[in-house]
Amino acid sequence: MLLVAAPAWADSGQPAAPYAYRQLADPRQEARARALMEELRCLVCQGQSIADSDAELAGDMRSLVRERIAAGENPEEVRSWLVERYGSWVSYAPVLGADTLLLYAAPVLLLLLGGLLAARRLKRRAR
Amino acid sequence: MRRRWWLAAPLIVFALFLLAVGWRLSAPPDATVKSRLVGQAMPEFSLAAAVPGRAALRSADLVGGGSKLVNLFASWCVPCIAEAPVLGELKRRGVTIHGIAIRDAPADVAEFLRDHGDPYRRIGADPRSRVQMTLGSSGVPESFVVDGRGVIRYQHIGPIMPQDVPTVLAELEKAG
Repeated sequence: MLLVAAPAWADSGQPAAPYAYRQLADPRQEARARALMEELRCLVCQGQSIADSDAELAGDMRSLVRERIAAGENPEEVRSWLVERYGSWVSYAPVLGADTLLLYAAPVLLLLLGGLLAARRLKRRAR
Repeated sequence: MRRRWWLAAPLIVFALFLLAVGWRLSAPPDATVKSRLVGQAMPEFSLAAAVPGRAALRSADLVGGGSKLVNLFASWCVPCIAEAPVLGELKRRGVTIHGIAIRDAPADVAEFLRDHGDPYRRIGADPRSRVQMTLGSSGVPESFVVDGRGVIRYQHIGPIMPQDVPTVLAELEKAG
């Protein structure tokens, strides 16, 4: 029970990272950071983005994103830094890979299937 | 007769749906996020000592000297209290354990070690979870087995409990 309930106590009480709740001074950089934050998954409260989460680790991740973008990195570099560590799981915009091939192929396959069904039906009607 | 069969199709779909739900409820998916760095060299980092007067922890300290355990913990982490005696036992069995205190204050770490035992050779402070993210770790406690060349060989997510000791020892042995 203690272990199950642990996340409720998972709060350090330490101050938030510098850019967890503070925006970057440059609005263009902030907009890029913000867009990326909305596509990164919170590791603690899985299912929320780090932009939406109040978990401390999410705050630390937001600060990481903002600090790296302020330092001149582009959002995709920051994303791949995280994906290298946590896998494509951490990103809501999964990169194309062996494990995500089906995900990307599915719309095409379904479209083909639908087209096939429609073609058969139209042919039958024409007859 | 043929038409009747099609009437049952929605019911069949619904039954399949119930089966899927029942299956996932009885066997929930694994929600742990594994680090992709297992099998790779420990990323570079340099942490100040988490407790004044103690040895600090840098990634360079993890190269050489056989296999060792790197334990991410925090004084505010409840499962870490349950894990502490097990880490003490591992230390008694000759395991080198280094600690990384996540989002912690020196006084709190010192108190935690006083209350629950201190199995660590070096303890680094990671106040903004930066090294935790660098390692692909998503919570506390977590432990990494690092071999003599500084390569991460195994990750244990959650507290190391008595039943996990044989596995962890075997991984340390393998990495040694």
